[in-house]
This record gives sequence, C-alpha cells and structure tokens, in this order.
Amino acid sequence: MEKAKGKVFKYGDNVDTDVIIPARYLNSSDPKELAAHCMEDIDKEFVGKVKTGDIMVATKNFGCGSSREHAPIAIKASGISCVIADTFARIFYRNAINIGLPIIECPEAANAISAGDEVEVDFDSGLITDVTTGKNFHGQAFPEFMQKIIDLGGLVNYINEK
Amino acid sequence: MGMTMTQKILAAHAGLDSVSAGQLIEADLDLVLGNDITSPVAVHEIEKMKVDGVFHKDKIALVMDHFVPNKDIKSAEHCKCVREFAGKNGITNYFAVGQMGIEHALLPEKGLVVAGDCIIGADSHTCTYGAVGAFSTGVGSTDMAAGMATGKAWFKVPSAIKVELVGKPNKFISGKDVILHLIGKIGVDGALYRSLEFTGDGVKELTMDDRLCICNMAIEAGAKNGIFPVDEITKKYLDEHTKREYKVYAADADAEYDETITIDLSTLKSTVAFPHLPENTKTIDEVGEIKIDQVVIGSCTNGRFEDLETAAKILKGKKVAKGIRCIIIPGTQQIYLDAMEAGFIRTFIEAGAVVSTPTCGPCLGGYMGILASKERCVSTTNRNFVGRMGAVDSEIYLASPAVAAASAITGYISDPAKV
Ligand code: SF4
Repeated sequence: MEKAKGKVFKYGDNVDTDVIIPARYLNSSDPKELAAHCMEDIDKEFVGKVKTGDIMVATKNFGCGSSREHAPIAIKASGISCVIADTFARIFYRNAINIGLPIIECPEAANAISAGDEVEVDFDSGLITDVTTGKNFHGQAFPEFMQKIIDLGGLVNYINEK
Repeated sequence: MGMTMTQKILAAHAGLDSVSAGQLIEADLDLVLGNDITSPVAVHEIEKMKVDGVFHKDKIALVMDHFVPNKDIKSAEHCKCVREFAGKNGITNYFAVGQMGIEHALLPEKGLVVAGDCIIGADSHTCTYGAVGAFSTGVGSTDMAAGMATGKAWFKVPSAIKVELVGKPNKFISGKDVILHLIGKIGVDGALYRSLEFTGDGVKELTMDDRLCICNMAIEAGAKNGIFPVDEITKKYLDEHTKREYKVYAADADAEYDETITIDLSTLKSTVAFPHLPENTKTIDEVGEIKIDQVVIGSCTNGRFEDLETAAKILKGKKVAKGIRCIIIPGTQQIYLDAMEAGFIRTFIEAGAVVSTPTCGPCLGGYMGILASKERCVSTTNRNFVGRMGAVDSEIYLASPAVAAASAITGYISDPAKV
C-alpha cells in the first residue's frame, strides 16, 4: 500500500459519528456534500483548512456511535489519507476498511503527535513517523485480507475480485 | 476450551466446531437489515457488485423509519430508491408508512429475529436482538450490501465480559436503569470489540422489554453485541411472535471471560446520563435541580408497550408542566394500537402530551422535536452526544420512561417515586 503523508488535525477521546457528520446532513449520501460538513460541530475550521493527504489523529474510541458509513465517507472525501487513533469504535473500524479509508491503531502515536505536525504512515510495516519531531512509532499493521480490501479500494471491489 | 454463547453461535454459522477470540471468520447470515438512511448507500454499493440480485428475498429487512413519513424531498428520494430496490428484488420484508415501526422494535415483534440467529444490520442498535438469544451486530452500508449479495459477513470473534445479574429490581427500576448503571461503571468504550453476556439469577426478573432495552444500548459501551440466555420468558415471547424455528445456545461452563461484573438489581436507583456521553451517569438523588424544556418518550430503546404503560401510569390524571413539550412516540403500529386499546393515548393527550406515529424522529435530531440553542431534554433514547437532538449547545439527559414521565409533570428532572 502507498504511504500516507500530510499535516495533522488532532482530536480527543470519543469523537462520535454525530460530530463527524451530523444527522441533519444524512438526507444526502453524496461524498462531496458530506465532506462539506465534516467535523463542523467540533471543529468549524476543519473543512476550510483540510488539504488532500492530510492526516487525522485522535485518542480513544474514535468513531463511536451510529453505524453511518457517511462518517468515514465524509472523512475520506474531505481528503484525509489516514486516521490514527488510540482505539477505534468497532463499526467505524469495519466501515473505514470496507470503503477503503486507511486507519491505524497506535496509542503512542495518537498521544504524542500534535496538531499541525507533518506525519508519514507506512501501512506495510505499521511505521508512523512524526517528521516534525523526528519520532517513530510502531502501529498495528493490518491482517493481510484487510490490506487487500483497502488496496482494492473497498469491500465491493474485493467481492468482485473473488 | 469452552466457548461463550456468542462464540457458539458464530462457530455454528461459520461451519466450525469451535472458534476462539480474535479469530477471523466468515459466517452465514440469517437476516440482513437496513433503514432509510443506510439502505440507499447499500443499494448504491450492491449495484457496483457483479452479483445477480440478493441472496435470499425473505432474509432481508428494509425498514423506513428514521425520516419517515418523509420529512423532506431528499428523504423521500431515499425511500423511493429503497422501495424500487425492494420491488425489483422481490424483498418480502420491506416496511414503509402504515406497516413500519422503529426497526429494532419492529423486527422482534414481527418474529423476524429468533434465538440462535446470526444477524447484521446497517444500524448500530442492531445489537438489540441479543435479547432473544441471537448474535446480532451493527455494521455499515457496504457490509449490508455484501450481506445482501452473498448472505455472508466477516467477523473477528469477540472475547466477552460476563455481566452477572442478581437480586430483584425495585419499583420504577427498569432495563434502562440497568444498562445506564453498567455504562456508567465501565464507560463508553468499556466493552470495545467485546460481547456483553448477561447471566445470573436476576435475568428472570427482567421482562423481554427490559432485555431488549439493555441489549439495545450494549453499543453505548462499545460492545460488539449484548446477549441474554434463552429462558422461559424468551421462549414464551418467541412462541407468541414467530413461527420460525429457533435454536438455543448456552455458554460452556468453562467459557473464558475477560472479566465478570456483578450487578445487584435490588440496589439500583433511577439513573440519568448527563450530557454529552451515556457514561456520565448520576443516580436520581444526585441529580439536583435541573430545569428542562422537553421530554421525549420513544425510540428503539424505550418505545415499547411497557414503556408507554409506565409513562401512562405516572401521567394519568396529571398535567404536563406549563411550558414543557412532552412528545410520546410508540415504537410500532402494533404498540400504538395496544396503547390505544389500553387507554394510554387518551391519558397522554389529556395530560397535554403529543403522540406521534412511529418514527425515529427526534432521537437522532431528524425532525418531530428538535431542540433550540441551550434547551434541555429528558429523553428515553440512547445517545446524548453533542447536537444529537438539535442545536450544538442543547442538552440531552438520558433516562427511563418513569423518570421522563415524572419530569414532564414537574418541569425538572424528577424521581418517579416522588410525583
Ligand atoms: S430510534 Fe434512534 S437509536 Fe433507534 S434506530 Fe432510530 S435513530 Fe437509531
């Protein structure tokens, strides 16, 4: 898998899917429209500032709450190339893999990396590098079949391949 | 090594003699569920798959409940998309206005979920069906699409927390207080990736409506699923609601659990979760004076018959406090009808409450009771996240139907034993 590299947007514990994409926008399933409201209830500046390739870092239980796939879709469509967290809520974890949004669990990185840092993620090895501080962290690499799903851009293509 | 109840169901559906925690498996599904928010995305995805229709037309349930009756043009378009998909594929269990109810109240009532089933639903509260002894868990729309196409889903076999229930709950203490108490104790990620397996002598003191409510909120502790053993109460419920054959699984005596938590039901007090997380719990005597603007009694957590019965007993002959909006939403058409025949609807209207057709509505801030800036609501729903029911700076206090009804009368969060 290709490496991710970008600037960090940092959030705390229990970022729920209701703040990632509020239900009032769920009458749309268009990725671009969803991306236009991504994170707005906790970070009004996110949508204006995010650039393609940027990285999201959060601490515990990222993506808790509803099963809306609109949440990882909104994050992916806003240009984020990887989400690093201490832990992910399980439905979000599945959804992210199934739609092809790379995510990686690494408590050390999630806690040490600061907002605005330049970070690089190597998915094959699970190595996370904070280019700004020069620190390295070892995240959990995906099981092979999950890598394959992400590589193919999601579960749909994976099933079509089979 | 022994297996938990969840692991046994998963092993059977994966065609394996045994499974252990952490193992990746592919399991056969008995039911795939979707709603008006998640199904359109799934329909979109299944259209991209090189498959010929759905795996089984009777094993898919599509319930239009979140923004239904359609609140705007976009929601109408979503329902149209699902209706056409259901029509084209001959899906038998498509429920729209007139037949629908909130999905997790509707499916057990219709007998579509039974003990021993392996179920996925593109809705996080799909974990509700653990109450009837099924393995059921929430997934996203792509999983739903893959499930509809292939009848299979991948799972990582979870480890479990054993929740031992003992004692007998006091008056006004319901399933909601049990689960809020547990979430308050272990936190919103306290059961992350794991099963919550309820057992113990206290189980028999809980009605099916209590158990459905408890399993409903397993996800609020981060759990993959919640599950109750199948006892006489479950069997009676299933016999009354379904013709489908069911299979009873029980945990092995030597099943391994990550930890055991004991809850003495007799010591529980009415419990309220403060904004903005379900783990911010206080017992009713610790709440203090909190003035409210709205009360919502409904949702897949507490919109069942017993919930309305509790509320009706408290509201009978009383009035909703001046300035308070009390919104009551029966979970399904059948519950609506039963409540009407029992006289509850009259009680509610005479008290000054409004009664809505079944819908998720305000639970997720869709419509039918949105909060303005700084407003406070006591709600029997399951989530009190920032902005969940309206304005970003509004507040939701999660509580049982008894506390909600009592609070509607006083205008403050109140102890049902004191009104
Ligand atoms: S009632 Fe609320 S929690 Fe239940 S399915 Fe509807 S929106 Fe989700």
